[in-house]
Amino acid sequence: MTSVILVSMIMSIVGVSTPILLAALGELVAEKSGVLNLGVEGMMLIGAVSGFAVTYLTGSPWLGVIAAGACATLSALMFGYLTLSLTSNQVATGLALTIFGISLSSLVGESFVGLTVPSFGAVFPAGLSENPTLRLIFGHSPVVYFSLVMTWAVWHFLTNTRGGLILRAVGENDYSAHSIGYSVIAVRYAAVAFGGAMAGIAGSYYSMVLTPMWAEQLTAGRGWIALALVVFSVWRPVRLFFGAYLFGLVMTLELQSKAAGFNFAPPEFMAALPYLATVVVLALISMKKRRAMAAPACLGRPFKPAT
Amino acid sequence: MTMTAPPRIELDGVTKAFPGVLANDRVSFAVKPGEIHALLGENGAGKSTLVKMIYGIMQPDAGAIRWNGAPVTVATPKAARGMGVGMVFQHFSLFEAMTVLENIALGMDENLGRRALEARIRAVMAEYGLTLDPHRVVTTLSVGERQRIEIVRALLLKPKLLVMDEPTSVLTPQEVALLFRTLRQLAAGGCSILYISHKLHEIKELCDHATILRGGRVVGACTPARESSKSMAELMIGGSLKQIAKVEGRTFGAPKFTVQGLSLPKIGDFGTALSGISFSVRQGEILGIAGVAGNGQNELLLALSGEIPTSDPNAVRIGNASLAAVAIGARRRAGLSAVPEERNGHGAVPDFSLTDNAILTARDRMGLATAGILSTGRARDYAAAVIKGFAVKATGPEALAESLSGGNLQKYIMGREIMQTPEVLVVSQPTWGVDAGAAAAIHQALVDLAARGSAIVVISQDLDELLALSDGLAVINQGRLSPVMRVGEVAIDEIGLLMGGVHGDPKATAKLAHDPHIKDVYDTPSIGAAHAH
Amino acid sequence: MPIRLEKRREPSRSMLYATPAIAVGLTMLTGAVIFTAIGYNGFAAVWEIFVSPLIDPNRWQDLGVKAAPLIIIAVGLSFGFRANVWNIGAEGQYIMGALAGTGVALATWEMSGPWILPLMCVAGMLGGMAWAAVPALLRTRLGVNEILTTLMLTYVAVQVLYYLMNGPWKDPMGFNFPQTRLFNESQLLPTVIPQTLVHLGVPLAGVIAVAAWFVMTRTVFGFQIRTVGRAPAAARHAGFDANRTVWASLMIGGGLAGLAGVFEAAGPFGQMVPQFPVGYGFTAIIVAFLGRLHPLGIVLAGIVLAVTYIGGETAQTRLGLPDAAAGLFQAMTLFFLLATDVLVRYRIRFGADAKGAAA
Repeated sequence: MTSVILVSMIMSIVGVSTPILLAALGELVAEKSGVLNLGVEGMMLIGAVSGFAVTYLTGSPWLGVIAAGACATLSALMFGYLTLSLTSNQVATGLALTIFGISLSSLVGESFVGLTVPSFGAVFPAGLSENPTLRLIFGHSPVVYFSLVMTWAVWHFLTNTRGGLILRAVGENDYSAHSIGYSVIAVRYAAVAFGGAMAGIAGSYYSMVLTPMWAEQLTAGRGWIALALVVFSVWRPVRLFFGAYLFGLVMTLELQSKAAGFNFAPPEFMAALPYLATVVVLALISMKKRRAMAAPACLGRPFKPAT
Repeated sequence: MTMTAPPRIELDGVTKAFPGVLANDRVSFAVKPGEIHALLGENGAGKSTLVKMIYGIMQPDAGAIRWNGAPVTVATPKAARGMGVGMVFQHFSLFEAMTVLENIALGMDENLGRRALEARIRAVMAEYGLTLDPHRVVTTLSVGERQRIEIVRALLLKPKLLVMDEPTSVLTPQEVALLFRTLRQLAAGGCSILYISHKLHEIKELCDHATILRGGRVVGACTPARESSKSMAELMIGGSLKQIAKVEGRTFGAPKFTVQGLSLPKIGDFGTALSGISFSVRQGEILGIAGVAGNGQNELLLALSGEIPTSDPNAVRIGNASLAAVAIGARRRAGLSAVPEERNGHGAVPDFSLTDNAILTARDRMGLATAGILSTGRARDYAAAVIKGFAVKATGPEALAESLSGGNLQKYIMGREIMQTPEVLVVSQPTWGVDAGAAAAIHQALVDLAARGSAIVVISQDLDELLALSDGLAVINQGRLSPVMRVGEVAIDEIGLLMGGVHGDPKATAKLAHDPHIKDVYDTPSIGAAHAH
Repeated sequence: MPIRLEKRREPSRSMLYATPAIAVGLTMLTGAVIFTAIGYNGFAAVWEIFVSPLIDPNRWQDLGVKAAPLIIIAVGLSFGFRANVWNIGAEGQYIMGALAGTGVALATWEMSGPWILPLMCVAGMLGGMAWAAVPALLRTRLGVNEILTTLMLTYVAVQVLYYLMNGPWKDPMGFNFPQTRLFNESQLLPTVIPQTLVHLGVPLAGVIAVAAWFVMTRTVFGFQIRTVGRAPAAARHAGFDANRTVWASLMIGGGLAGLAGVFEAAGPFGQMVPQFPVGYGFTAIIVAFLGRLHPLGIVLAGIVLAVTYIGGETAQTRLGLPDAAAGLFQAMTLFFLLATDVLVRYRIRFGADAKGAAA
């Protein structure tokens, strides 16, 4: 009996952690290139609604998730055009993207409220994916495996490849990178687009896997938590992974304790907990010295070379 | 040009304009294979723009570049490297949080493995007698070592033309000697070198030919060894040099500005700690502080101005009044003004009007604000007075600071402080990036202020400037200040050695001064560090 | 035909004032295209949202009532944004201010007197300031970025509101509805124009904007805010303390958001309900930018955004437009403003650039 509870708990941790991990991985890459995109929440919502809509219309969750990534990428490129080509303020533009995503998604989503979509189905044969214990490993949505692969891929890209070296260089000193001949703007566009794709897929996980249905603002501020997670991880993918799962664990414990009838605090307090915890964690992280060293030196700064 | 030996690179009528400025106007010259060619000019003469076009960072508006006799379009730095152009920038294009190896890899167009690259780096360093640990992070390196990264990065590409943009502005005389040795070795192997500088004695020592730029145009060409420094300087500056009018045999008043045992912990990863700085400046005296960049000059200015508070309450005093516990605003009211090295964003706000920039530091002493309310009219009048008094070229008090040229903005900032008649003035790099005319005006203003009885401290990397300006001279190295020497009684070599970090130890000084293998200094940049600990 | 940007020698003053108007114009144009594309009468939608509230005198009182909180909050935020302090959690400070004012109202519900309303206002400002004090403390002491903390605390504030409505502050006579009792006569904001909804907060919003304009342009404090935001090192050189500036701008932002909260609770609502937060704190960010962070510009921008709120409601009833439409228009306005902002510092040149011409 306990093992059943344990398995379902772990499944739930994975469910809570996966979208935050995905969105944060995308943002991490964008920030490593020097771009602060505060529009994660907006891009997630755009992904969530477009993924849901396309899946509903085509019946294919695969097309849905691709559409989610593509639409969010488009919105990220819009952000990129403003901040990179027109050198607008990144903070303000990111906020605009979030507000835009919230209203656009609720506008588009209005006609999809209350509908359901087909699910992905299992990746592995039923013997594995439905086995009471083995489903811990084999019973997840394809998006979960994707998030794990992406964690490795982002880590590998940033630490071991030439492309990653260039991306880090652009975020570290844009004018130097420009003077030795790298296209700062192109690298940043690519990083921003990747961030958009990941946020979009993360958003679609809510509407297509976790809930699975469309509701207005169903991401409920998780995009902001993903942003906080990037700071928490000091811009390192592996720490980011553990951070996301730690968050998932805390959230799951809260849900489980509520389900088990432990009412040691009012429900509103429990609902506020993730946000409070994020503030506390940000404060604790900042107490360590040298943290500033880890932040890409050009984060948030506009780049406009003379031609 | 003969058929047999086309020049390695030839510029023909190269022109580049920016809004409001013609940076290069029909510039033509040629560099032969194996030649060390100087490009000589004042700050703002258009040298850097020219270099950027040769390296493909910018494109000329008109004119042609020929490489080994064939016309080329250098579209990107990558194309330039592909041709065989190596580049060492004045402001290093390094990534501070990354390792030497990563920095060099970024400058390579082929994707070698880490090991292969490291092996090639070591081979090149052995060939030219350079040392550098590939795994060190750049922030931990000295300025000389950082320049070596750029040089190694350029050498790895086996360049046919090496462009060096003001390479010695941050080096000690000993480091300069070693750099020159490397460059001669390269040239002997057939590599052409385009050496950009405004330092005449270096060019006389090193270069085969020189092209002189002024105001974006070629104004002359010569063989430096056969030319006098004075004649080259006059070509470069365009007129005879104006001497600073200084009264000989001046007498100084009572000690006005006393610093005793000023120490400051290191700030951040890039900072330098100050340790036990002591000096005293009398009324009417100018004290010069020399040193290689990054040895604590910025920290010293901030500690003296009060931007960074110091713990010892008696470390800084004006007359007998202690200032150390007092923040910058109160120090200013007490008569201590400061001009930081960086004009844009530190000494002035670029997108503020000159009137607002007057309010920035003159609001208390000049009554530009009363009871927290700004007196905009008086601020405008004061800004206008500074513009007039210092012949600042600006459309008026409402002109934005960023619309002024570097020299004019510096004149405005200096004027803003000097017209408040501070009892003590501390300035850093007063003529950095300023044209000769403005520099002369600024020097004269400092001398005149001293003549009226103020005590002045000038922090500068330009030794010539300090020797011309100051009465006493001290050298800062690794956050420590040498004893003050009288200008006129001190030899340049000695100052050079102090800048290299061997002060306080007479034996070390003597040894190094007589060591024919100065290479040791180059290979052991830790001498200063070892000494400091 | 290639387009390229050429930096102006000085930012263009005329563009500084023209771009907000250009942005609104582009929003109307794009909005018309979008809504036509998704099957509505695009022109009618734009007309209803941007024009009809302005030409209908009956809606002017609504405009004032909607614009007042937006203006008050945005004026407060403009101090922070100018000083590079990114308080994006005004919504939370607005809620906490309203709750603090409500707390006073509930404590004094059997009393009357002219002192109650001012006390509520003071409590509201303190409530908003207290909520902004947490990010201020974290930023100045530990260097925690205020963007994330102010926003996180907004989510927390919403839960505090829900908790109080569902529990301690629930009206005992309210049939178990999660809301407080109605404020009494001494606790309600008086209306300034009889027979309308225009309450005291509306003229006060104008007064606050003018006062802020004076502080921003004519005092050393305003000079400090402007300097710290544009050139932190120069501000330090001028003797301005960065931490104090962070505190001051967050306190002003939080205090004014809190005051707006009290005005809203004691004005249009007349009690506190869970539906209290409607996103004014977020819309005010758009208002602040559209008003160019200039207090008087913010008054105009506040009216423009109020028009879209009112217009959005009418468009919903008359054209069946979804209620998200107004939000979409607001976000687009900010996008276009940020995009056209480039015109202030750069000139757009059409045609081949000089390099191409020379080749």
